[in-house]
Amino acid sequence: MSTLKLDLESYKDLLKQYIETQNEQALYRAEQFSKHSIQQNITPDEIINVHIEALLELYPDIPSNIQSSLNFLLETMISYGLAYQEYQALREKQLELQSEISVAANMQQTLLSTTKPEMSELDVGAISTPAKQMNGDYYHFVKDQEGSLGIAVADVIGKGVPAALCMSMIKYSMDSFPDSRMEPSVILEGMNRVVERNVDPSMFVTMFYGLYDPDTHEFNYSSAGHEPGFYYSAKNDSFHDIEAEGLVLGVDRSVKYEQYTQHLDVGDMVVLLTDGVTECRTGDRFIERDEISDVIHQYKHLSAQEITEQVYRHFERLQDFQLRDDFTMIILRREV
Amino acid sequence: MDFQSCVNIKKEWDIVGARQLGRDISKKIGFGTVDQARIATAISELARNIYLYAGTGKVCFETIENLNEKGLRIIAIDEGPGIRDVTQVMEDGFSTSGGLGAGLPGVKRLMDEFDVISRQGEGTEVNVVKWLR
Repeated sequence: MSTLKLDLESYKDLLKQYIETQNEQALYRAEQFSKHSIQQNITPDEIINVHIEALLELYPDIPSNIQSSLNFLLETMISYGLAYQEYQALREKQLELQSEISVAANMQQTLLSTTKPEMSELDVGAISTPAKQMNGDYYHFVKDQEGSLGIAVADVIGKGVPAALCMSMIKYSMDSFPDSRMEPSVILEGMNRVVERNVDPSMFVTMFYGLYDPDTHEFNYSSAGHEPGFYYSAKNDSFHDIEAEGLVLGVDRSVKYEQYTQHLDVGDMVVLLTDGVTECRTGDRFIERDEISDVIHQYKHLSAQEITEQVYRHFERLQDFQLRDDFTMIILRREV
Repeated sequence: MDFQSCVNIKKEWDIVGARQLGRDISKKIGFGTVDQARIATAISELARNIYLYAGTGKVCFETIENLNEKGLRIIAIDEGPGIRDVTQVMEDGFSTSGGLGAGLPGVKRLMDEFDVISRQGEGTEVNVVKWLR
């Protein structure tokens, strides 16, 4: 209360100074006063009130019709004062929510963390960056007892918190599969049943599962409606789409997934991605898939990890550093 | 002080009557212009809620006094449908009158004490106090 009194005094001085001099300095101090008032959560109607009180103290014989008009002005400002207080309360709430989400995002990162496998046969690179704070993309590496490497990439259609919640469930279901070798089609069929039972029908999940056998150098894979990746043939120095038919997860409980095989020679690459990569936009235009393979080609002398990072940087810049969707890319390259 | 006076709310015009009586009493108690305006705004909200959602009801005023201070108690009573979820109604941004009214959270901000009792199908009683400081 005492600070408000103090402010009335200083407001009165400022007002007096301005009325007498009409100079810019007084107006500048008025601006300072209003900033200070905002910091102290003083509402517009309180300012009007201070003005009226200051005016009456400076000019006690103000005509009564002017006095009435000032009271009328005060009355109209009361609701603005309320709106301002509501705005402040909502702003605080928003900050609270934001910090909650960032805590959740950290938790999610811990949850979804996966270790990139070290294999002499294979150079592996992976990058996954959420468009907002939380990631609706998921990738996971798992080495089975026979030494094969399983790679899962999934994408919840949508982004933000709902997609991230759904993703956590996918992760737990993946963890519940046994360590023995599982065929990609069997894994997708299992995940399909999980998603069908547990996820709202308005939510779609696409998933790709690949299994690399370091002895035969065969890459077996199945796809549940997932964005096709690329196969790079070192011999022909060319890219092909990794096409695979399959319904998105959670639509039909009894769906079967086809399994495909791609043999990898030394220097060949498999590129897996989510639609956050292919649906990058420059201006009004979606990028062409060729542009992605061109960029990969441009950096193919680098390590798999460096390639993913360079591709990400390229498209991040192309989109003015504002990702529209979660961006995930995995590159596997046969070394020996 | 057990003096209490009420204004019946049946039509929109009664909101003005409630404001007028509330302002007169506030003036008598000694509230300044700003507080008078705030009290009047709170009365508007309470009376408009009755008019819009209950149809009829009343707004009553009572001068109150304890050892240290004087104040005004306003009680808005209706026998309307009641509020289903008071917590939701008290949330900022959940305005029942199309975003234009300050709603009950606004009333709470304008006054010093606030209480609401609502039973579905029986009605609502909002009890607020403004102390003279």
